[in-house]
Amino acid sequence: MKKNTALKDLFSFVRDTFIWNISGSIGYQIYLCILVCLMMAGVYGYFIQFKLGLSATNMSNIVSWGFYISNFTFLVGVAAAAVMLILPSYIFNDKDLHKVVIIGEVVAVGALVMCMTFVFVDLGRPLQFWHLIPGIGHLNFPSSLLSWDILVLNGYLALNALVPAYIVYCHYHGREPVGKFYKPFIFISIGWAVAIHMITAFLYQGLPARPFWNNPLMGPRFLASAFAAGPAIISLVLHIVNSATDYKIEDKIFNKLRIIIVSAAVINLLMLFSEIFKEFYFPTHHSQSAMYLFFGLNGHDSLVPWIWTAISINLLGTLILAFKPFKGNQIFLMPALVLLIIGIWIEKGIGLIVPGLVPSPMGEIISYAPSNVELLITAGVVGLGAFIVTVLLKPALIIEKRYEETHGNSH
Amino acid sequence: MDSEKKKKMNRRTFLKGAASTAIAGSAALTTGCKGKGLLGSSEAIALEFQEYFKKHYRLMTQTERDETIARLERIAKLKQDVDIDIDSTGPQENVLYGYAFNVTRCEGYMECVKACVKENNLDRASNTQYIRIFEMEHGQMSPDQGDGKYFHMVPKEGHFYMGVQCFQCNNPPCVKACPTKATWKEPDGLVVVDYDWCIGCRYCMAACPYWGRRFNWNQPQVPKEKITKKQHYLGNRRRVRGMMEKCTFCIQRSRKGKVTACVEACPTGARVFGNLLDPDSEIRFVLDNKKVYRLKEDLGTDPKFWYFID
Ligand code: SF4
Ligand code: SF4
Repeated sequence: MKKNTALKDLFSFVRDTFIWNISGSIGYQIYLCILVCLMMAGVYGYFIQFKLGLSATNMSNIVSWGFYISNFTFLVGVAAAAVMLILPSYIFNDKDLHKVVIIGEVVAVGALVMCMTFVFVDLGRPLQFWHLIPGIGHLNFPSSLLSWDILVLNGYLALNALVPAYIVYCHYHGREPVGKFYKPFIFISIGWAVAIHMITAFLYQGLPARPFWNNPLMGPRFLASAFAAGPAIISLVLHIVNSATDYKIEDKIFNKLRIIIVSAAVINLLMLFSEIFKEFYFPTHHSQSAMYLFFGLNGHDSLVPWIWTAISINLLGTLILAFKPFKGNQIFLMPALVLLIIGIWIEKGIGLIVPGLVPSPMGEIISYAPSNVELLITAGVVGLGAFIVTVLLKPALIIEKRYEETHGNSH
Repeated sequence: MDSEKKKKMNRRTFLKGAASTAIAGSAALTTGCKGKGLLGSSEAIALEFQEYFKKHYRLMTQTERDETIARLERIAKLKQDVDIDIDSTGPQENVLYGYAFNVTRCEGYMECVKACVKENNLDRASNTQYIRIFEMEHGQMSPDQGDGKYFHMVPKEGHFYMGVQCFQCNNPPCVKACPTKATWKEPDGLVVVDYDWCIGCRYCMAACPYWGRRFNWNQPQVPKEKITKKQHYLGNRRRVRGMMEKCTFCIQRSRKGKVTACVEACPTGARVFGNLLDPDSEIRFVLDNKKVYRLKEDLGTDPKFWYFID
């Protein structure tokens, strides 16, 4: 009897979320179509890569990790940043941020799915990925940091998907979620968010073979840049939600996020400066990678315009956000958010991965830029991420709004 | 012990026997139809399907190892029509391999590189090489300052030569990095890769401070008549696209008591290979009597590859 109603509840939940997802304005439908096209492009790219092997990319024995791993690194940060909403809303009981914490969690889920996909498309033998699954495979735990990373990323995905799913599901049925069922997991997820990012940093930091990465500042700097770029992306999503749906977000929230972003961005820039100082005050043999990144070596300077763009727009974005030259409407800060996100994406993506590998341990210097296949697949993965965020967020916001209207803001 | 070995042998011969009965059968079936074709290739597909589910090499029993070897040999026969012989000899007691390179003697002929490519069935299409020879000016000490792409008459005035390959580190960072334990250090000191277990993530490559590893970005190609048929499971057997590989000090030769192909090929005698635990070996003589040094000692990787000067 009881089981029967539970099943029915679940069924109506699934049905409603599905309907909410496919119904919407013409603009929304077009948006969904674009995402589907992006994903198809990605599938096509992967098809080519599957046929040709990784030689379809521009990676080589020297630059053995490229665009995929760069994006992966950046997105781990975005995923970790959800904690900047979870922490104040659950621990300090910040009512405003509580209202948007679900959005942060959904963005984290999207980012994590993208991370996983990027690692997967980077594998030389994707069909053998089961060798990684504990139990049937042979995971090198705890020795390999990559195995740590796989475990913590999956764990974090589960936490960030299941907790909000439970809360939203309760709200859908007009019930108050039971604290003891989900609160402990919230606490776990806070520590966990820091862990996914530190461990991803350790992935690089733990390689003495690569002096550019083998740097104790790597972990903290990863966190700082993540806590700037992540909330910036969440802010962007909030702006979109605010203007595209009737789920209204107050200016206060944007302001709080802005403060978080600026503080983190300033700390990030400080650490960047400290690194630059170390590399260039008294350049050693180990500064070659930094030289390659900032000025180019032996005529290989493909990264130089990128990194200087990154640093300039990083600074510019931070300054605009800090001093708010356009008073009033928060929407004017959107371009600054975009600048900051792009800046950190370059600096922590390709600007971190490629110079770590060049010059090679035997001194070779080459240039790297992603191939068309790499770009196609990346577009597909980004489409997938945006799609996941959209289809999770749309019903969640409808349910949350409905619940708030019927139950007030009492909890 | 002995009878067990015999049983294994029997099992292996049996498997080979079974396989040849199968060909005989399929040959019989296809005669009069369209020549070879269908049945032959479906056998290869079936074998590769079984290969997909096999375990990590170190977790296999000897029987399982023999079975996979029989399958691999059969696949080579079906696909390329070559009779290869894959060996699975384990590490010998009281053996630890080491290598020394005489910087004074090497004149940069690169005979070692050629011999290595041939012996280890390296990909001819992408020109994969385990060994690299760097042309160095006097006063330089580390190959990353040298020229690894020289192409002219050797030896060149005022220069000397340094060979670099995987150094079989005693504390190998590549092994620590691998997420699937697809690469490890054998008790005799050789750092090997279970090609079939490798997923191609290339983390080991990023971790190696000596650029000792090579990845198969493409499907590797070795012309049929050039294939070295005496192979080892952890050595020069066939690799496919997406697998990591590296120098193993010619495991297929060294475990049979021979020297590596590069040592054999070197016309100047600049290369010394042997058992570090044998006090009478040449390598021990070099270590005990010459001034030796290793690359990047500060990293603590403890390579088993020394350079020395006459
Ligand atoms: S030289 Fe490189 S590949 Fe060889 S054992 Fe050392 S770390 Fe591993
Ligand atoms: S490429 Fe293969 S051997 Fe290297 S770390 Fe990845 S799974 Fe291990």
